[in-house]
Formats: sequence, structure tokens, C-alpha cells
Amino acid sequence: MRKFLFRVSALVLAISLVIPLLASGEESILDKVKNRGRLVCGVNKELPGFGFLSQDGTWKGFDVDYGRAIAAAVLGDPDKVEFRPLKAADRFPALQTGEIDVLIRNTTWTLTRDTDLGADFAPPTFYDGQGFMLRKDLGITSLKELAGATIGVTSGSTTELNLADTTRALGIKVEPIVFAETETLYQSYDQGRCDAVTSDKSQLVSRRQSLKNPDDHVILDVTISKEPLGPVTVHGDNKWNDIVSWVVYATFFAEEHGITQANVNTFKTENPEIKRFLGTDDGTGMGGKLGLPKDWARQVIAAVGNYGELFERNLTPLGLPRGVNKPWTQGGLLYAIPFR
Amino acid sequence: MENNSPTAVSGKIPFWRDVRVLRVLFQGIFLLGVILLLAILYRNMLEGLRGLGLTLNFNFLQDEAGFDISEGPIAYDPSDTYLKAFCVGILNTLSISIIGIVCATLIGLLFGIARLSSNWLIRTIAAAYVECFRNIPLLLQIIFWYTAVVAQLPNVRESISLFGGAFINNRGIYLPSPEPTSSLKIWLWFLGAGLLLAVILYIVRWRQLQQLDRPGFPAKWALPAFLIVALCGWFLTPGRPFTLDLPALQGFNYQGGMRFTPEFSSLLIGLSIYTSAFIAEVVRSGIQSVVKGQREAARSVGLKEGQTLRLVVLPQAIPIIVPPLTSQYLNLAKNSSLATAVAFPDLFHVGDTMMNQTGQSIPVFAMIMVSYLVMSLTTSAAMNWYNRWITRIGR
Repeated sequence: MRKFLFRVSALVLAISLVIPLLASGEESILDKVKNRGRLVCGVNKELPGFGFLSQDGTWKGFDVDYGRAIAAAVLGDPDKVEFRPLKAADRFPALQTGEIDVLIRNTTWTLTRDTDLGADFAPPTFYDGQGFMLRKDLGITSLKELAGATIGVTSGSTTELNLADTTRALGIKVEPIVFAETETLYQSYDQGRCDAVTSDKSQLVSRRQSLKNPDDHVILDVTISKEPLGPVTVHGDNKWNDIVSWVVYATFFAEEHGITQANVNTFKTENPEIKRFLGTDDGTGMGGKLGLPKDWARQVIAAVGNYGELFERNLTPLGLPRGVNKPWTQGGLLYAIPFR
Repeated sequence: MENNSPTAVSGKIPFWRDVRVLRVLFQGIFLLGVILLLAILYRNMLEGLRGLGLTLNFNFLQDEAGFDISEGPIAYDPSDTYLKAFCVGILNTLSISIIGIVCATLIGLLFGIARLSSNWLIRTIAAAYVECFRNIPLLLQIIFWYTAVVAQLPNVRESISLFGGAFINNRGIYLPSPEPTSSLKIWLWFLGAGLLLAVILYIVRWRQLQQLDRPGFPAKWALPAFLIVALCGWFLTPGRPFTLDLPALQGFNYQGGMRFTPEFSSLLIGLSIYTSAFIAEVVRSGIQSVVKGQREAARSVGLKEGQTLRLVVLPQAIPIIVPPLTSQYLNLAKNSSLATAVAFPDLFHVGDTMMNQTGQSIPVFAMIMVSYLVMSLTTSAAMNWYNRWITRIGR
């Protein structure tokens, strides 16, 4: 009996010792990724151009390439990344619970998400806007004409809220049908369950290709919202958010200065900022400040190329114009913060 | 001798060997362990949330929801609060569950009895039905009804029209709906009078049957009497108590009338058919549990087949049927959360959207769980009460 009591008290003691251990998990995601030797990146799996699993089993897309870029910066190898396909509604819980290290899934930056959802955003990699796609033969050219229409939308998205805002502002009533899966949404639209679908224009362009007759559908020349899409990290890990942000800036910087995947290893320059960027300067370079190897930015460009190359490889084939997604020097919105 | 007296012995038993003390002690330790474990989990959660800079509360319920909901029994607008959005979700879950339970019971009863039919064909069809729908995952069935059946119906402009008033297309099933007019009040008086007459007739007939000690339907006179009065009232009332609101194509969709959306319909069909297969088995086993001798005795006394079923078999079978039937009802209500797959805005779907837009996953999850729990416990209580009542009647 005494033995038993002893065991019980030992158990109680052990549990009370474990409590503080369970609570303390204060290491940065950077250390987690380095120890694991692999980055876990949450992506979309059904959006050609941004994130999708191609038929040969490889991940392709603009967002996917940013995941590779981060892996290249941190681990020196763009292939040391595991992609987790996520539904729109599952992405923030996956980020909050630490199931993924970074979320790059055409995610819009908003105030509520920045504060209430426990997310920290890196600079937008794609400036998008919400639009509408519908059948050409309806002959509709403005939003007002959509009064009474059935409109498909995905749940857990900003588009769901923008749709409600816009119809209220216009004083029209529409019937929204909220789908959890992007796949089901476009399938139902194709079958005629909805008169129109609304989403980010880039997504509409991308998904139009996979409809039965892409030419029967038009994307209205109306943009109802601003959708800055970019990578997201969990709130509170500033070190990790810095790394993700500067990987994005690195792709901007490289395009501004004409550094490409092809010439990055042989790039000759006397420009001190570019030398700091490439890690060919004396001293610890910019990498040390981020907790990364000295040549991290060179690794990023060698792995995926500069922003222009990323865009051309993934999004130009869809027919997406660069629009405002150009360097600021050409009148666009991409602006790299100084590497100093 | 003194040492052997029971009082002396019990006096010497130390507390750690006293069964009565130990019993309490062990339970106390176990309880403590459980509380400790919960405390660890709770603390862990709070720590994690603090790390994310999140705070949990229910204040957001008063905020404007901002998202729209496609259907619901009460009027809802994006400018309403999250709380109202949640209520729409609850009402949608309730309506699909209640209608689903009614349909599943009727279909299940039919197939349960058919499985015991003496006709080989009927028996086999019923068995095939049960085995087929019971053994395919429900999610698959619901998606099948949605994408392969309902969505394949013709487009709005090529709707199937029934009797000129009802329309079927891939946007839903549109039926004419009765709209009350001002003369409804007069007709309601007729209905009241008819009801009164029916009750009186029922009691008179029931007493008569009791005195004669004969089985029979006391409602045999009351029901027709009620119908006749109601019908006379319908024609005597100036103007009609109801007008029919016919659905008509306006703009993109049919407007007016009653409408069952494809999401609602496919979910209802999926849930009813799946659950009815289980209910059929429950009914069959209940009927078969009544020993054969009872049936034979009833027949030998001279009762007809229908009377045997109604007066001898069912009163004994129902107390056996009701408890497993209750679990099937609970299953149906809980399975309705698969609505998300076909975009029907049920409790879980609306809750999911709320979690996404506010980030308050734990409070919203708690609300969803409590709602389902209350619904299920209420169903259970009602069914238990019904079972007690029916058992008492049967005796």
C-alpha cells in the first residue's frame, strides 16, 4: 500500500513538473526549421499558377516558389520544403497551431487578420483585386445588373465579406452560395448552379482555363476590392517574420538591379549594396543579422530567380498581365527596402 | 480474549488499510488526477493563445457579421450580428433534422415492414435497399445526390414544369405556396367548430367501444366529421381563405412560391435515405423480437392481419424499437453537419465561417458543441418520455 501511495505521489509530482515544461516552447520557428532540416509550407493545391500539384507529382506555382525561396535562404536547398495543401477555412488554424511554418496561399492582408487571427504578414507578393466571372451570353457588363443573381464564393475568404459589402453598397440583393472547396465551387458554376462566381481576379483567370468551355465565360471589368496577397507567419515570432519578409524583398531587389537566376553566381559589381546583398562583401553581411548564412539572398535568386522571373514562369502563361506588380522604378508597387 | 473482540481489531486497523477510507481516498485521487489533467490542458491552451496575442471572449457576438447566408427560416442581412447569423445556422440545422427525421422514419418503417413481407420480390428489394445505403459512407452519398443528381437537372430557362405551377431545375424545386387572405379568419372559425365536433364524437365513440369491449378506431367518425365541416367552411366563406403564390421566372431565378434549394434537397435526400436504412433494420428486429406464438395466438383468436399487427405485435415491439430509434435520430441530427460539403448553411457551416472571420475558434467551437448537445439531449428526453408513455398505454 505504501508503495502504491508512493507511486501515486510520484505521479502527481511528475505531472506538476511537466506543467511548466508544456507551457514553455519559446524557440523561434527558425530553430525549429533548422533542426528539422525541412520547411513546412501551407499552400493551395487547386489554383494553377499560384499553387497546385501537377500530374507528375511536383508542386508548381508562384506561391510554391516562394516556399522554395525561403527553404533556400534558411537551409541552402530549395527542395528541403514540404508543402501542405490547405483549404481557405483551414489555413489560419494550421498556422496558429504551428502545423505549418509559413502560410503562402494567396492570402489577403487585412486589419482583422493581422490582429484577431494571430497572424503576421510579410510584404505582399501579388497585388490583386476581387472580380466576377459569368457567362458571356448573359450580356452583363455592370454589377447592378447582377441583382437577384446566384453568386458562388468560397468560405473563410475576404471575398465572402467583400461580396456582402458591395451588394449592400449598391442596394441590390444576391443569393450567395458558400462552398468550402474551391473545386466544388467552380464545378457548380460550370453546371449552372450559380450565375456568377466571385474571387480574386488572378484566381478567376486561373480557374477559367479549367472550365468546360473557357471562351463562354467573361471576367467583368470591375474590381470591387484591394487584395494584397502575401506570405503569413504566426504572430509573435518576429525573427521568423523578418526572414520571410526579407526573402520577399530579395526577389524585388534582384529585379530592380537586373540580377537573375542565370547571372547571380557570376554577377560582377562594385555597388556596395549589391555586394552586401550577394554576400560578397567583407564582414558578416546581411545574413548574420537575420540569423542566416551570408549568401542567403544569392541562394534565393539561384533557386527561384528574381520577381520578374517568378512571375513570367508561373503567371504569364495564364494570361495575367503584370499590372501594378512591377518594380516601383517602372511605375509598379514592388519596392525593396534598402539592404543596409 | 479482549484482543479478539471486533471493536479492538477495528480500532487497530490503520486508515490506509481501512476499506471505507480507501474507497473514498482512491476516488479522491482519481478526481484530483482528472482535474489536474484538465488544468494542464487549459493552462497549455492559455499559454499558447498568449503567445499568439489572442484573447478569448464572446464580445464579438454583438459585432456586425458582414457575411451573407444563402437561406434560412428567418430574415437575415449581412448587417446583422454574429449572434443572429449563428441563430440562422441553428434554425437551419433544426429544420433539416426535423424534416429528415420524419422522412427517414416513414421510409424506414416502410422498408422495415417490407423486409418481413411474404412476397419474395418485395422482401429482396427491401433487403437490397438496406444493404446498399447502409454500407456506403454518408458523405459520399450526399455529394452524389448533389453533383450527380440535383446539379444535373436542367437549367433555369429549361425548367421541368409540373401542372404549370411547380418547377424543377438545378436551382431548386419550386412549389406554389398558400398565401393567407383576409377571409382566413372566418374559415378558422369553421375549423374550430369542426374540431370541437370531432372531439365530442371521438369521446362518445371511445366510450361506446369501451362498453362493448371491442377493438376499433374511435376516430372513424370524428375524422370525417371534421373534414366535412372544414370543407363546407371552405366553400361557405366569402372569398377563398388562401390564394396560391405561383413561382414565376423573373430575372435570373424563379421568384415567389416555396422553394427547396439543391443544397437543402440533396442533404435531405442523403440524410433521410441513409438513416432510413438503419431505421428499417431497427423496425425489422423490433417486430421479429415479438415471439411467433403471440402472433399465432392472435390469429387463432380471430384477429385479422392488420389487427394482429396493431393490437398485438406493435405494442410489444415499440418499446424495443424506440431506444435504438433514438440513437438513429441523434445520428441524423449530428450527421447534418456534413452540410458543409454541399454548401448548405447549417450550424457547423456558419460557425466555421464565424471562426474564420473572427479568429475566436474556441468560443465558437464551444457554442457549436453546446448547441448540438442541447439538441441531442432534448431529442433523447422526448424519445424516452414517448417510450414510457407508450409502454404504459400498452399495458
